[in-house]
Amino acid sequence: MDTLLLEMRNITKTFPGVKALSNVSLDVRQGEIHAIVGENGAGKSTLMNILSGVYPSGTFDGEIMVHGQQCHFHSIKESEEKGIVIIHQELALVPYLTIAENMFLGNEQGHVFRIDWDKTYSRADELLALVGLEESSKTSIKDIGVGKQQLVEIAKAMAKNVKVLILDEPTASLNDTEAKKLLDLLLQFKSRGMTSILISHKLNEVSYVADRITVIRDGEVITTMDKQEERFEENKIIKAMVGRNISDRFPKRKALIGGISLEVENWTVYHPLYEGRKVCEDINVKVHRGEVVGISGLMGAGRTEFAMSLFGKSYGRNITGTMRINGKPVELNTVRAAIDNKLAYVTEDRKGNGLILSKTIMENTTLANLKGVSTHQVIDPDLELQVSKEVVEKLHTKCSSVREEVNNLSGGNQQKVLLGKWIFAQPEILLLDEPTRGIDVGAKYEIYCIINQLAEEGKSVLVISSEMPEILGICDRIYVLSEGKIVGEMTQKEASQEAIMTCIVQNQKGAGQS
Amino acid sequence: MIHNLGIKETLKKNSMLLVLLATMVLFQVLITSGGRGSLFAPANISNLISQNAYVVILASGMLLCILTGGNIDLSVGSVVALVGALAGTLVVNLHWNIYLSILICLITGLAIGAWQGFWIAYIRIPPFIVTLAGMLLWRGVALLILNGLTISPFPEAYTRYFTSFVPKVDDPSTIFAITFTVGIIVSIIFGVWSFFDRYTKTKKGYQTEALVFTIIRVALLSAAVLVVFGLLGMHKGIPVVLILLAVIVLGYSYFTSRTVPGRHLYAMGGNEKAAKLSGIDTNKVLFFAYANMGFLSAVAALVGVARFNSAAPTAGTNYEMDAIGSCFIGGASAYGGTGTVGGAIIGAIFMGVLNNGMSILGIDANWQRAVKGIVVLAAVVFDVLSKKRVKSS
Repeated sequence: MDTLLLEMRNITKTFPGVKALSNVSLDVRQGEIHAIVGENGAGKSTLMNILSGVYPSGTFDGEIMVHGQQCHFHSIKESEEKGIVIIHQELALVPYLTIAENMFLGNEQGHVFRIDWDKTYSRADELLALVGLEESSKTSIKDIGVGKQQLVEIAKAMAKNVKVLILDEPTASLNDTEAKKLLDLLLQFKSRGMTSILISHKLNEVSYVADRITVIRDGEVITTMDKQEERFEENKIIKAMVGRNISDRFPKRKALIGGISLEVENWTVYHPLYEGRKVCEDINVKVHRGEVVGISGLMGAGRTEFAMSLFGKSYGRNITGTMRINGKPVELNTVRAAIDNKLAYVTEDRKGNGLILSKTIMENTTLANLKGVSTHQVIDPDLELQVSKEVVEKLHTKCSSVREEVNNLSGGNQQKVLLGKWIFAQPEILLLDEPTRGIDVGAKYEIYCIINQLAEEGKSVLVISSEMPEILGICDRIYVLSEGKIVGEMTQKEASQEAIMTCIVQNQKGAGQS
Repeated sequence: MIHNLGIKETLKKNSMLLVLLATMVLFQVLITSGGRGSLFAPANISNLISQNAYVVILASGMLLCILTGGNIDLSVGSVVALVGALAGTLVVNLHWNIYLSILICLITGLAIGAWQGFWIAYIRIPPFIVTLAGMLLWRGVALLILNGLTISPFPEAYTRYFTSFVPKVDDPSTIFAITFTVGIIVSIIFGVWSFFDRYTKTKKGYQTEALVFTIIRVALLSAAVLVVFGLLGMHKGIPVVLILLAVIVLGYSYFTSRTVPGRHLYAMGGNEKAAKLSGIDTNKVLFFAYANMGFLSAVAALVGVARFNSAAPTAGTNYEMDAIGSCFIGGASAYGGTGTVGGAIIGAIFMGVLNNGMSILGIDANWQRAVKGIVVLAAVVFDVLSKKRVKSS
């Protein structure tokens, strides 16, 4: 049981400007379930991408040993030959192909010019039985649910003669029963001697299945706990996951809180595709003028979906609940209506949903408020130039001219352009979704200053963030969102990372406790 | 004042124009050395304009479709045939009032565009499929109307709105004097406008290009205008269709570059999700682009039947390809979001010169097609590669 199957030694990986992993060492024993936990962005996925060859050998420092032999993986194919198979959080299945076709994608049975379909389907059925999925292998992937798709992914891994199975947040999109089934399957595999690495931040699940837990924080290994030596205590794990100090990374602000500006009651949103799946359930939120309110929660808790559903119903179906702005009930059915009611939503995905990268700073700045630079639908180019210059100056965006393409700016400056665009739309209520994602510490500080300035001007700001220190550092009040529900509300004084984490963990009636 | 817009950028911005001029010079050399007359013969210039009027009109509309995200309209050729057939039936066969007939034709074009736009924008059927279906459908309807026959000739009362010349006098020297004067007036207006624009920019403290560039541009463009008008004056005067083209080109140029709905086209093509989250009704934008394309197809049809003096079942064949090609040659991005009406017009003129030059040189018609194909590919490759280089630097 104690033979080392896999060792990663002193792994260091740097992305431009960011050190994602620093000197990380990890060893995995034959036949164990090894869990890796950590906050969003701690470096868990990066580590697994290195192990599976997504980041090829040479792009990082350190060594990987399998069965005591040093390996240099240049692609996923090479790591799979050694029996290391990763199942990503985002499932990589082709919806319109059958289960069997997906299972042997890139690993087709038969010859290049003659696929052996009989063999494909019979092998697929065997593997499906192994993972306990009662579906015909001829069913299309699109016709089965996410839970079953996850099992197909596992069966697909089994088809590749897997020695180490890596699961990245496998239960993130599963319900409790599905998750329990999946975890039990892992235990069953373990009893047959298979080794797995489980990445998760659901601590109850981790304590349920894992033999050892490694905690990663800010790209470093904090501790490795062993079930045989100590009992897994959630408090201890949480402490290890979040235990860092909030220093002067956040500018001070004197909160001048006024009346209620935005009030949302019993807000329920259904998933746009899956019938009957609630993404947000009975959410009640209040925001005052001059207040910065945070929404904390793990990825997939429904934070972005909530914000987008408020913003002119840009997300979801069958949205119910009431929304009041300055005490007046409003029904915002389009983005235009939301903007006209002085709402702004600054997206988390600035490149995908926020900016037009091929256009200039100027064109991006005025896009949400072209009325502000035009008369009778005719744009005044001089006025446009002037106002965008003003916005750039106000936010200290670094650029050679407002006619520079947004493409050429750094992440932090792009974020400022995005914020500037919405500030120019003259909103009273701003929904900021991950306003500092992927930008460096200096730029973050400047964004916080802008948020403070907005609050001081009497605007209401709702901040969604995965980074707990950020939420704690800039918000007056915090809502904790978990699995589409508000599970806690605390003031800045009451809040701490432990309190938030505990709130989330207690309310995840996950598989481990059932 | 900072003079940031250097020579290199100005050249890069106008690279397609330079290619066009180079091509013209090349043809001129080949044609004169081959003893086949001249590309710049007065009659040929006049001919070039009326020959390619339809491409200019269609390219203006096609550009709007392409801007929304690289979407194309394959049905324009068939719509041209259908509206042409309708015009022939109304004007020639039924002797209806000409103005009423023109109005009905334009409304029909708009209705066809709206029909296609509805499926594309609101039901989100891929434009390729909707307009491919339209290509078959409208051609079929055109054949039904014409019963497979050609309607001709059109009365002079109709054709004079599209194929005549101004001024309407017979004396060559009067024609030249008036035409050239119009050329001078156009040049003066352009010059005054350029300097006035520059003046207001400087006054407000905005960035301007170096004065030399303004002077050079005004001088070159005035010279070009004067040459063209001079040549036209030596033939029969200003073709009426040139006035129509000027109105369309200037109108659409202004629309795309200076108006809010115009900006929405670019925003949608640049990033549809971002446009939507900025409160832009992207469905409406897409609908408008295709409805407008139908309208302009009808305009092109009216010009076409007048030029050929007939409404034929095969009219408009491959027009969509000329229009699409012009846009891409003119620098429109195949993914949408970039491109100008001016560029599309340069592309249209380029295609026209290519056709015309090769015809004068007596190059085999089959070869002409092959050359055009290579040119369209080369233009788009050039576009894609030049963008890649910007990113990597």
